[in-house]
Amino acid sequence: MAGKIKVHDPRGFAPMVTGKTLAPRLQSLDGKVVYLVDCLFDNSEVFMDQLQQWFAENMPAVEARMIKPRASWVDDPDMRSKIEADGNAAILGVGL
Amino acid sequence: MSLEQSGVPTVAVHTHVFARLAQSVALANGMPTTRQAYVPQPLVGMTADGLRGYIQGIDPINEKPFMQELIEGLSAPLNDNDLTGTSFERPSEKFLGADTEDNLRQLFEDNHWTDFMPIVLPTEERIEAMLAGTSHPPDEVVGRLRPTAFREFWEFDVEKVAVNAVMAGARPEYLPVILAHAASGVSARSSSTTSFACYSVVNGPVRGEIGMSDGIGAMGPHNHANVAIGRAYNLLSMNLQGGSEPGDTYMGSLGNPLNYSMTFPEAEERSPWQPLHVQKGFKAEASAVSVFFGGRYTIAGFGPRETWAEQFKRAIAACQHNMPPVLVVDPITARQFVDLGFDTKEKLSAWIAENGTLPAAEYWDDLWVQTLQLPMAKAGVAPYAAKLEAAPEEEVTLFEAKDINIVVTGGETQGAWKLIAGRLGESATVSVDDWR
Repeated sequence: MAGKIKVHDPRGFAPMVTGKTLAPRLQSLDGKVVYLVDCLFDNSEVFMDQLQQWFAENMPAVEARMIKPRASWVDDPDMRSKIEADGNAAILGVGL
Repeated sequence: MSLEQSGVPTVAVHTHVFARLAQSVALANGMPTTRQAYVPQPLVGMTADGLRGYIQGIDPINEKPFMQELIEGLSAPLNDNDLTGTSFERPSEKFLGADTEDNLRQLFEDNHWTDFMPIVLPTEERIEAMLAGTSHPPDEVVGRLRPTAFREFWEFDVEKVAVNAVMAGARPEYLPVILAHAASGVSARSSSTTSFACYSVVNGPVRGEIGMSDGIGAMGPHNHANVAIGRAYNLLSMNLQGGSEPGDTYMGSLGNPLNYSMTFPEAEERSPWQPLHVQKGFKAEASAVSVFFGGRYTIAGFGPRETWAEQFKRAIAACQHNMPPVLVVDPITARQFVDLGFDTKEKLSAWIAENGTLPAAEYWDDLWVQTLQLPMAKAGVAPYAAKLEAAPEEEVTLFEAKDINIVVTGGETQGAWKLIAGRLGESATVSVDDWR
């Protein structure tokens, strides 16, 4: 141990991570409502609009509905409730 | 991820530069197999046709057609990992494994536990000496921090703050001020793509007790206490929140030099105005730290001279519209403003709020105003809703007086002022005395 020293770990205490289960997947998107969640980042509205058009042109059996949270960077329980009540799936973008 | 837990299958779309971050967040939420699809960066400035190209193209991370990723993400059967998630603990050890000083320095750099300037290694003896700077027990929880709102909080105690204070080169008598920074709940190392930084202002008797300087070069690297406290705040923010590593826990595109250190005291004795901490409800004889979140812009000038009002209007209009400025003034400048009739900080803040204007069209053509304030305006939230009703050429105000803080510091070698991006949260002025 000559020449060796012991020092403190500078890191904080991370919370324990508890595994969570993904939602069951759909057998098919046909006839289903897919919400396109515009996260309100710059140009994401245009991206989501193009995505909605892609579904209309290529998978018309899918009802792709646009939806926006009340603000960027905040959880929007009302929006989530609407998706849970009326939707079968969701695509969120663009950003975290 | 909340939608997944509610039984709604989801796919999250990101640009490819966020891949490591997105996967890291999914893991920390116990859902590492969360379906993620990627398009190239950037989205900003792309035309609708260009974005359609992304949609019809290849996911640059998963190397499959982007739309196939979306469709399979919502409809392909789940596997065992999807059904169990991933549980794990991340215990923080009190000590690292013993090693040579050179190897330990390399370890700290390799793990992004430093700002890449030399640190003082936090030996047991140094931590013990540092802890003598407070009456609080080493295992007392100080608070929680996280790099951004979508990450989990990490917790820390007095000893962990002391470790980072030692690394920064701080002295034990600085520890109560550093603990107050840590207790603010404001991370100096936001992971935002916009490259935030925090800076702090110290008020009250503690300034003199620990030898801080509000004189010549107060905001620069010219005083041990000023610099070491600011550096400790940045190091503890990094290490106690779970990191500030580019590509994962830090995403600021340009970065920010204020992420090294910027802490300075207010020159209360040479200021004609009420000290900042008294404005925030503390007694004059109390000591407090105010932590400003921002640091994205600095605009500087001298005066006020004859045409000061027009110059100030232009400077305020140049401030980024969703981030109010702190006006930092030399005592010379403060006294000149008093001579102009601004005998309180509040009067000057009100003038700035009233005269900092832009045509509505320019105000709304700002990325963050559109992202953060436009949804509120559409929802009828004041004061944004009224601005949305303004004609494009109509002047609208940028900031509210309550959000514009003023601090006096400096050595009176020049009648200087700076406008520095800085938002002061309601609980971001923290008692130092509580941590003695």
